[in-house]
Amino acid sequence: MNRDSNVYTVLYAAVLVVVVAAVLAVAAGALKEPQERNREIEKKMNILMSVGKASDVNQADDKNTYIENEYKKYIVEAFLVNANGVKTEGDAFNADLKAELKKAEKERLLPVFICNDNGTRQYIIPVRGAGLWGAIWGYISLKDDFNTVYGAVFDHAGETPGLGAEIAESDFQKQFSGKQIYRDGKFIAVEVIKNGSAPLNDYSVDGITGGTLTSKAVGKMLFDCLSNYTNFFDVQKQNN
Amino acid sequence: MENLIGIFVQSVFINNMIFAYFLGMCSFLAVSKKVSTAMGLGVAVVFVLLITVPVNYLINKYLLQAGALSWLGGEYADIDLGFLSFIIFIAVIAWIVQLLEMIVEKFTPALYNQLGIFLPLIAVNCAVMGASLFMQEREYSSVAEATSFGLGSGIGWMLAIVGIAAIREKMAYSKVPPALKGLGITFIVTGLMAIAFMSFSGIEIKID
Amino acid sequence: MSQKESLFSEKNIKLFTDPFNNGNPITVLVLGICSALAVTVKLQPAIVMGLSVTIVTGFSSYIISLLRNTIPNRIRIIVQLVVAASLVILVDQILKAYVYEVSKQLSVFVGLIITNCIIMGRIEAFALGNKPWPSLIDGLGNGAGYGMILVIVAFFRELLGSGTLFGLRIVPESFYVKAGGFYENNGMMVLPPAALILLGVIIWIHRSVNKKLVEK
Repeated sequence: MNRDSNVYTVLYAAVLVVVVAAVLAVAAGALKEPQERNREIEKKMNILMSVGKASDVNQADDKNTYIENEYKKYIVEAFLVNANGVKTEGDAFNADLKAELKKAEKERLLPVFICNDNGTRQYIIPVRGAGLWGAIWGYISLKDDFNTVYGAVFDHAGETPGLGAEIAESDFQKQFSGKQIYRDGKFIAVEVIKNGSAPLNDYSVDGITGGTLTSKAVGKMLFDCLSNYTNFFDVQKQNN
Repeated sequence: MENLIGIFVQSVFINNMIFAYFLGMCSFLAVSKKVSTAMGLGVAVVFVLLITVPVNYLINKYLLQAGALSWLGGEYADIDLGFLSFIIFIAVIAWIVQLLEMIVEKFTPALYNQLGIFLPLIAVNCAVMGASLFMQEREYSSVAEATSFGLGSGIGWMLAIVGIAAIREKMAYSKVPPALKGLGITFIVTGLMAIAFMSFSGIEIKID
Repeated sequence: MSQKESLFSEKNIKLFTDPFNNGNPITVLVLGICSALAVTVKLQPAIVMGLSVTIVTGFSSYIISLLRNTIPNRIRIIVQLVVAASLVILVDQILKAYVYEVSKQLSVFVGLIITNCIIMGRIEAFALGNKPWPSLIDGLGNGAGYGMILVIVAFFRELLGSGTLFGLRIVPESFYVKAGGFYENNGMMVLPPAALILLGVIIWIHRSVNKKLVEK
């Protein structure tokens, strides 16, 4: 058949499209499982790291099993909280934080994870917000006084390497532990201040040099996300 | 509104396609010997980005994303065609560029004479594909934001190529070490321009 | 080229090695700088990126060369794009499934391999007029020559910018000012302009050694 005829060209294009679509669909289907598992493991690892667990992950022979075991060992409970601070039924682990935060405040159902380490409980709360370039997210854990931060991890989509991206490093994150989210009874979350601009106190941490905008975004994210939980904190404090 | 201006300024100056992401370097280096041609290519890129980014945004939102097909009915809500996004984006870009070429040729021959030769080059310009991929990754929340991002990226790219072309025109009269001539010095000058652009990174948009 | 020619004839080996020096896609042919410099802050993603580009360039050349006598002229470019894009999607899916950490760092830059000029450049310049095997070698060689430049740039950026290589600490902690020492990382190295300037310097050195390549 003539290589430049219309019929040949159209047929060729059609066959090509079908073949390519078939190959890609098969590949995507086959690889879906490991991809989803990667995301699940990563999430579990971040949850564990916010309470200082899973620190030996790089020495573990089989990372996935190690994370699964640690997660089973420490994370004893996961549930959703509504705007009034009341526990609700639902799949907390797979809750879509991004979608929930877009809803009106009253309708949000937000996840809480509880870590139990030899009787001491920490409450882990996922946070998500906008950084300088793209999304930033993480987990922050509180002691059972619902005031003191136990630990925090953050990650980002595309902050500047060496500057804003340092929020994903432990040097920045470990500053948070021991800080307080209430000041004289008023909810303030933890304030992230420009590096060296003011002496630090129990309510503030140092931002990253050169990454001030990203650092401030972390502070805003903490305030915005944790403020959804203030009712939950109040309810829990009364129960204690 | 504040947000739209923010995205625009950010993509022109701070997240400049060339200086921050090295996108579209091929044509940036090849077509930057004269200011007039650089300007022509720059305008063409702005044009194409302004159209392709919003179009790909809509395609991504209503066709490709996980759950994007739910407007067809509940049973389609679980379909995730995300893995097709690369191929669809590039096809849409190639198609729009082709279409644009035909429209420009038919209705404004004068413009075609200036831009015509550049349009085919643009389909494989990384900056165009890159903008669509960034748009997808950054999850802009509306068409307006995506458009603002596309326009800003295009203008930023144009600014960069016109700037380097002006420098290269002058540099033709300078003494450059032989081994550094051409490509080498162009990279270094681009690097210096990128450093200059970094001084914009502290910009904060506030409208009260 | 006769059928009897061995798979690793001198000519074929030259096809592979040429891109490392006289025909390097980046420093000589000025192709494909686009998509990849942004991943040269650390060595590991740079190597994965180099490998991905090598695989995609090699196999897209191979496939197009197999099809070269059947492709209708009018849709030639589209067919090439589709083949390259499909390979890139496969690579991206595999990275996401098996090296998740690295795939996160590469983010959109994997997708940008599609518009990497090397791929289309090698297809147009070589694969359309040659047999599959030499095309494969030519593609792999060019991808590798390109990867080599990425790795060199990444080596210096990671060493000088973070004091590490592959994430392992090379400059001892005690050297740093923070720990009472005298050393400070060069913060400039992790920022984009450093990649451009390093590349300029690499070209300079390459052309000083290989005088043939100096531009008039």
